[in-house]
Amino acid sequence: MTAVLELDDVVGGYGETQILHGVSMRVNQGEIVAIIGPNGAGKSTAMKAVFGLLRLASGQVRLAGEDITNTPPDQVVKKGVCYVPQTANIFPTLTVEENLEMGAYVRNDDIRPRLGEIYEMFPPLKEKRRQVAGTLSGGQRQMVAMGKALMLEPRILLVDEPTAGLSPKFRGEIFHIIKDINATGTPILMVEQNAKQALAIAARGYILVDGRNRLEDTGPNLLANEEVGKMFLGGGA
Amino acid sequence: MIEFINFHLIPGIVLGSIYALGAIGVTLTFGILRFANFAHGEVMTFGVYVTLTLIWVTGLHPLALLPLAMAITSVLVLGMDRVFYKPLRASPAIILVMASFGLMLMLRSVTQFSWGVQLQSFQPGIQRPYVLFDALRISPKHVIIVIAAIILMLAVHYLLTRTKIGKAMRAMADSPELARLTGIETEKVIQATWIVGASLAAAAGVFLAIDTHVETMMGFKLLLPIFASVILGGVGSPYGAMVGGLVIGIIEEISTYPWIGDAPLVSPGYKAGVAFAIMVIMLIWRPSGLLRGRVF
Repeated sequence: MTAVLELDDVVGGYGETQILHGVSMRVNQGEIVAIIGPNGAGKSTAMKAVFGLLRLASGQVRLAGEDITNTPPDQVVKKGVCYVPQTANIFPTLTVEENLEMGAYVRNDDIRPRLGEIYEMFPPLKEKRRQVAGTLSGGQRQMVAMGKALMLEPRILLVDEPTAGLSPKFRGEIFHIIKDINATGTPILMVEQNAKQALAIAARGYILVDGRNRLEDTGPNLLANEEVGKMFLGGGA
Repeated sequence: MIEFINFHLIPGIVLGSIYALGAIGVTLTFGILRFANFAHGEVMTFGVYVTLTLIWVTGLHPLALLPLAMAITSVLVLGMDRVFYKPLRASPAIILVMASFGLMLMLRSVTQFSWGVQLQSFQPGIQRPYVLFDALRISPKHVIIVIAAIILMLAVHYLLTRTKIGKAMRAMADSPELARLTGIETEKVIQATWIVGASLAAAAGVFLAIDTHVETMMGFKLLLPIFASVILGGVGSPYGAMVGGLVIGIIEEISTYPWIGDAPLVSPGYKAGVAFAIMVIMLIWRPSGLLRGRVF
């Protein structure tokens, strides 16, 4: 299988503080990969490392074999990597449609066909396309955030805790959406607190602890793993 | 009543249009670069003196020369950004405010040194007002100023709601961080913001000079009512700035009408105090402004 994204023994953090002490992972073509771990394990930081949001002291990030280590975010976007942050992931005073248009900012061709596809994927957004995004419900905001990222038809989508702060009903909906997006052929790397649901839809998963790889296996195997069960799945999350 | 319209309401609308144009630039800079730009008044003054020089050279009407003056002012402001503000992009807002304060003093000195401090005017002589219905007196220059201001405000509205760069400006005002993650070229957006702000500043200055005269402190004197307009409308909201500017301009002028007895309610000398009072009241009563801007 060909790797779309590879992290190779990545070490780095913010300023003087090192958070990642050697993280390696890969996302293959067509896969959903989940990053699971306790608070402060460096899950989101690992994702930000891909996006050029922190300086890496050592290690390498490769996109389809191309070295993109320490490439600034706007360049990473142009290379076809889209990132949905956990919070503040929409422009609240812009309308839904304007948010989607901004998602396609780096494109210079006609974006209307893509806009139509996104509305097909998220019907509620079509209805509310003239509405200011800040007035939408939490679940619909998350749809705007994902739709915005998908406007570029990215080679890979990075999603940071998409279900944080959502009710269980919306949580299920978001996992559905992630599966649907993946079904169109977009590989997805996601960080999730709801380990059980995330691993259930993931092809593979990585367990990070203290900024290091702890475990790596297929989604079903990790779900069945006793240690993982004790660490993250006990509460029936 | 007719005296109220001729000498208070109409001048109020004219002054309000000028404030509104100035306030749009300040509020956009605040929204996108996150600092209060004290040098904005001097940018207006600079635009006026550029226009004055162009009049000396070409002999044309100031309005015909305005587009060129706007372009030259924009170049100056882009240069100021490159040299003074850009190295401070990552600095706290207060550093940028101080930098703009320094630039204000420098730019004023350059203007005074280059053009002198004596009072000048675009067109010598007095214009006769149009008289409508035997009573309503409207000066041609006032008509021109208000129409030109409306056209410029419509242009700003078109830019912000219909163009990619304008939408990116609003996106960046919402969240500079997300704008960067989305792939928006933030430096390009910042430059666009400076061009819009500088162009409108030059226009506001020139309109004031057409209405009154040319002097080196004229921009600085506009700064207080403009800041008041920005706060009244809601910091960061361009439409708030338009509304705020008009309201402040009109209230300043009608506050001198003899509402009670024969004497002006507020002596014309204290007009500027009215803007200040509105600013203070707004900051206490509703700091987010009429159109719900940001509270910093």
